[in-house]
Amino acid sequence: MLRFVARRMVSMVLVMFAISVLVFLIFFATPGVDPAARIAGRNADQETLRAVRHDFGLDKPMPVQYALLMKKLFFTRDLTSYVNRGAEVIPQVEEAAPVTLSLVLGAALIWVVASILMGVLAAVFRGSSIDVLLMILGLIGISMPVFWLGEVVNLLSQSRFHDTFVFSWVPPLGYTPLTESPFGWFKSLLLPWLTLAVLYAGIYARILRSSMVEAQEQDYVRTAYAKGLTEHRVLLRHSLRTSLIAYFSLFGLDFGALVGGAALLTEVVFGLHGIGKLTYDSLQNFDLPVIMACVMYAAFFVVVANALVDLLYAWLDPRVRVV
Amino acid sequence: MAMVGVLALIVVLCLAAPLYAQQVAHTDPFRSNLDGMTVVNGKTVPVMQQESGGLGLGVTPIGPTWDPKHYFLGADNQGRDVAARLLYGGRNSLLIGVSAALLTCLLGTLIGLAAGFFGGVVDGVLSRVLDVVWAFPVYLFAICLSTVLLTNSLRVGPFTLEAGSLLLPIGIIGIVYVPYVGRSVRGEVLSLREREFVEAAIGLGSSSWRLLWSDILPNVITTVIVLFPLMIALAMLTEAALSFLSIGVQPPNASWGTIILDGQGLLYTRPAVALAPGIAIAVTVLALNVLGDGVRDALDPRAKHRTGA
Repeated sequence: MLRFVARRMVSMVLVMFAISVLVFLIFFATPGVDPAARIAGRNADQETLRAVRHDFGLDKPMPVQYALLMKKLFFTRDLTSYVNRGAEVIPQVEEAAPVTLSLVLGAALIWVVASILMGVLAAVFRGSSIDVLLMILGLIGISMPVFWLGEVVNLLSQSRFHDTFVFSWVPPLGYTPLTESPFGWFKSLLLPWLTLAVLYAGIYARILRSSMVEAQEQDYVRTAYAKGLTEHRVLLRHSLRTSLIAYFSLFGLDFGALVGGAALLTEVVFGLHGIGKLTYDSLQNFDLPVIMACVMYAAFFVVVANALVDLLYAWLDPRVRVV
Repeated sequence: MAMVGVLALIVVLCLAAPLYAQQVAHTDPFRSNLDGMTVVNGKTVPVMQQESGGLGLGVTPIGPTWDPKHYFLGADNQGRDVAARLLYGGRNSLLIGVSAALLTCLLGTLIGLAAGFFGGVVDGVLSRVLDVVWAFPVYLFAICLSTVLLTNSLRVGPFTLEAGSLLLPIGIIGIVYVPYVGRSVRGEVLSLREREFVEAAIGLGSSSWRLLWSDILPNVITTVIVLFPLMIALAMLTEAALSFLSIGVQPPNASWGTIILDGQGLLYTRPAVALAPGIAIAVTVLALNVLGDGVRDALDPRAKHRTGA
């Protein structure tokens, strides 16, 4: 196990390094236009351009530029925006992180519970109309663009049916910090949670169902039947348990990806000022330092999350460690 | 089967967009028409209507008339016919979806084949590249590429890609999903290499290229064909998301994503503008997903009873 951990850590650091180089190259070395003009934002004056060139060492060789950027991002953490003159970027990212985490954690809880219920029900009643109905529902969930679904939810809850008892409790769009009012936090996030969970509940229910059905063909399941266990007991105690290993390793990946950017659209539609909304806002006014910081921190979060999932997986399933 | 019909219908309708715009609605879907007039119930009314209630400060585009000749789905905030834009936008959405999926499958197959077949250093390098792109969250990667490429046109040697070109979103979406195909193809090739018929071909003295071309590739193609409809669905959803973030298709050109963006400001007054393209995306993607399931069941019968569909 120790050797597996060490190797996974080394590869994690290498992937982080590669991603940071990739992001650096995209922003600093794409042919077409002077990177200083990109970083300074639209219609920057000569003085700002000079300041950018100096700050990012653009007259120096590439590796030095890369090192300077990394220093600003992770060590001195004093990367500043040129669109909002002098605004430090890293504190903005830190301020936004709890919002994104609240959104994704809540949605994850909902979709895990919903998809396990749906998947198990469909597997138990496989071939019946309940199975078909659940899988069609899941498929519809997968097929809707999440930001559009969010807009439909807004249309119904903020405008069309806001005055009816169903949606009269819905607060205006925005985020209430948990520390300020736990109930307000819950109310402001409930609809975004459900919206985000619809998509993933569909995917996960389908995956869980097919891996449970597949497990039904395994030898150990046949043995369990041969021992005279009831079908439901075999499904829940044998098939479901093994299926959940693969389920949660996928869950780790998606959870990381959501915190690292996939929740962006939900944040934008519901006006939640998380990392995604921060990226989006800086995209609107071409505030490149903020985009770089968001992307870099989010991507690193994803890589770390993936590594943790792999370690957990290896701990649960010793066969993985041998590879 | 019904879903394939739906899909075909959507494609035909979108292809017929110019016919609709020129022959039926007589409208230019790309030019703003702020002081245009139209006919509702035999009466001529302005497309942009003065707000009657409230403070009367703004104008609201006309809502759906349900008359195919006159603003069937109403107008957007530029006074343009939403129905015509929906059809034109659909052409772009479908074109980007299919081209990006083709690009993904082509690159993914090439990389997966090379990595799985040659192994060693080639595999090491290619697999690491796929790992990095895989670990990079798709939307963030696309955002990085789009911010840089869409603000300024891309010039590489004698070639210039204009910032508004559809090739940019196609390229960006095509590249970010390459690991999805590349990794499965590589895995498939690795397991094929262990099979007896490959060993037999080697025993018969096949060259590497012959082995690759006539033994491995035909078996790998199934995997790619099964993935193809799903990749179109993914690419279309990504295109919509990027366009919604204004880093996909650039105005005045339209796609279903940009129309949802146009409709966002009108969401509470004229919801049809945002609702219609969303429904179009959902139906198309749903049809593609069903088609993908069907293709898999047809090509890989073992999977059929697993999904029970």
